[in-house]
Amino acid sequence: MDFGFTDEQTMLGESLARTLERGGDAAALSELGAGLALMTEEAGGFGGTGRDILMVFRTLGRAAAVTQLLDSVVLGAGILSAAGEADLAEAAASGEARIAVALDEPGQRYDGKVSTRAEGERLTGEKSLVPGAEDATHLIVKTTDGLWLVEAGAEGLGLRGYALMDGGRAAEVTLRDTPARRIGDAALLDRPLAAAILAVCADALGAMEKAVELTTDYLKTRKQFGRPIGSFQALQHRMADLLTEVEQARSAVWNLAGNLDTADRDRHVAATKSLLGRVALYVAEETIQLHGGIGMTEEYELAPLARRLLAADARFGDSDHHLERFIAASAA
Amino acid sequence: MDMSFSPDDQTFRAEVRQFLQDRLPERLSEKVRLQQELTKAEIEEWHAVLNEKGWLAGNWPREFGGAGWTAIQRHIFDEESALASAPRVLPFGIAMLGPVLQKFGSKEQQDRFLPRILNGQDWWCQGYSEPGAGSDLASVKTTAVRDGDDYVVNGQKTWTTLGQHANWIFCLVRTDPTAKAQEGISFLLIDMTSPGITVRPIVLLDGTPEVNEVFFDDVRVPAENLVGEENKGWTYAKYLLTHERTNIAGVGFATAGLAALKRIARAQQAHGKPLIENPLFAARLAEIEIDLMAMATTNLRMLAQAAAGQVPGAESSMLKLKGTQIRQAINDLTRRAVGPWALAFPSEAVEGANDDLPPGPPEAAAATRAYLNNRKLSIYGGSNEIQRGIIAKSLLGL
Ligand SMILES: Cc1cc2nc3c(=O)[nH]c(=O)nc-3n(C[C@H](O)[C@H](O)[C@H](O)COP(=O)(O)OP(=O)(O)OC[C@H]3O[C@@H](n4cnc5c(N)ncnc54)[C@H](O)[C@@H]3O)c2cc1C
Repeated sequence: MDFGFTDEQTMLGESLARTLERGGDAAALSELGAGLALMTEEAGGFGGTGRDILMVFRTLGRAAAVTQLLDSVVLGAGILSAAGEADLAEAAASGEARIAVALDEPGQRYDGKVSTRAEGERLTGEKSLVPGAEDATHLIVKTTDGLWLVEAGAEGLGLRGYALMDGGRAAEVTLRDTPARRIGDAALLDRPLAAAILAVCADALGAMEKAVELTTDYLKTRKQFGRPIGSFQALQHRMADLLTEVEQARSAVWNLAGNLDTADRDRHVAATKSLLGRVALYVAEETIQLHGGIGMTEEYELAPLARRLLAADARFGDSDHHLERFIAASAA
Repeated sequence: MDMSFSPDDQTFRAEVRQFLQDRLPERLSEKVRLQQELTKAEIEEWHAVLNEKGWLAGNWPREFGGAGWTAIQRHIFDEESALASAPRVLPFGIAMLGPVLQKFGSKEQQDRFLPRILNGQDWWCQGYSEPGAGSDLASVKTTAVRDGDDYVVNGQKTWTTLGQHANWIFCLVRTDPTAKAQEGISFLLIDMTSPGITVRPIVLLDGTPEVNEVFFDDVRVPAENLVGEENKGWTYAKYLLTHERTNIAGVGFATAGLAALKRIARAQQAHGKPLIENPLFAARLAEIEIDLMAMATTNLRMLAQAAAGQVPGAESSMLKLKGTQIRQAINDLTRRAVGPWALAFPSEAVEGANDDLPPGPPEAAAATRAYLNNRKLSIYGGSNEIQRGIIAKSLLGL
């Protein structure tokens, strides 16, 4: 058995962490090949396995970095290469193109049902919560009959942007008779969506690990009643519980990474996303609580991590949604 | 056993309800219902309406201009106010300082300050916590050194809620650095417009500048602003904390929050049905409601004890613990109920701008922020860990 990483993966993780520490931007990440590491060799990259995704996103999560790698590369380029759109997929992986993926619709709470439709080569409908839409060069739009590609600035394409909890931005998208090109069936989404969920979970794992480290350090230095608060057994036990839950999360992420391309993928997706959502909320709440007032402030490092953990639960179906999916998958 | 309210209390409840119906502006209740932040003017507006009716200070005796309500009447008022989405009465002047001045303040202090709390001339904030003194409040370091007719104050307070609006702050200051921790502390009233005071906002997780740091640099405070005796401040501070802990269970807030959550869950769809019919969600909701029913009864049992003349002791710690857990659970489920739209995070600067409206149901924008903001409930006013310590010590003798 082997739960480790290859030398290449380890090296990439380390240089990614260093680059992020120095405040590295999208260009710096592309230069490192972070995008290409998320693509398989057939798709023009040099990675793309569950373990690659795990390494990259856990590192991003630790740094609470806001990037396009999830939406534009794992999801966007992933769909494009599955659809045989190799050139655009590679452009996305190298950062030359930016892809936004428009799946959800207003009122559709995680169900994935859509009513956006195509007439001829033109789309009409509304999409909600499309991350990165404002900066995108292309949008992949899910309609009642498959996936379509829309170019930024296309006729009848409307965007209304707003900030997201994790520091990124999304938009409400309207399509009014907007020219588009069909790229394939909705089934093309399966693997990229599972990979994106793995990415979100690995990202949350990194954020949790970092939040627990910050809290441990804080408990060692913060003094009240003449001693470090970490010397109170009540708090030691809370930290022990936290660490144990994070270990569970770690194993769940490893499970999904190892099962991304097995027949049992769906069940692992549901199990992992459900567990991660639950543990992410627990870690966010406990680490804030154990910091006292400092944990409530925006200027402390914990704030973006805590919001990222909440966001992780809300993306691609929350812990309850995936608990239901797991029950359904296990009953079958 | 009789679990019903007395006829007098029921009449009082009807009167409160009617008053709220007549006098609570829709504009304000709408904002409270959507968990939007109230402006200073809006808070003052509601205080003025209550004051006109003589209901601003339900807990004060009539001789000081209060309503002189019983603990049960106060509970009824708080509950009805929350259910009607009325703005909460700010605790600093009314619930905290008022009782201290009434019990320990000089006649001059009472005459000078109490009317100004009621008529809105003064906005008080609480200067207890310091960077090094949180749970361990007795370790406050801000010093007040007597110099002629003044104290000269140096140091820093932090987490001062709504201090940016305040013109007065009541502080714990160290007047005897050689005494044991609790014994060298005094309770001082400080005019926030005095030279040498700097207020710096602290932005919280939810993006709002609700708290502040307050710095004191050689601030001269007339000695007449000392409450009670020098070095006896800890006694007054503890007395204040017992008042701070009235309505600690927050049953009204929880009940209103639960009603709002149900409204959202009826409107949201999951798998083509109202979310409230989803078995998993319904179970989570039911568990909270059952917990709330029991806690509301605990609260009433303690009120009945108080009405019978028993002083509630460490039991209030259980109400704080359970009450905050339930409210936080409601905030959590509300955020989850709005589904993916909880992801939107409208920042203060852009909120209300037409081109930047957050998506989803109208409650969605506030759901995440309310959740994040209310993480404070288990931290301030004596953290939940401190409450557990009190329960273990005083009630279990451990
Ligand atoms: C939003 C907000 C508003 C506030 N408003 C005001 C205000 O208006 N005026 C004011 O004076 N103060 C205010 N406070 C301060 C508040 O009272 C303190 O934050 C609180 O007392 C906790 O202190 P601390 O933040 O220093 O945390 P710490 O005391 O450092 O605690 C850190 C963690 O350790 C735990 N802990 C500490 N000691 C023990 C122990 N002995 N056993 C077990 N666990 C322990 C705590 O529970 C907490 O989880 C406010 C705080 C917040 C967050």
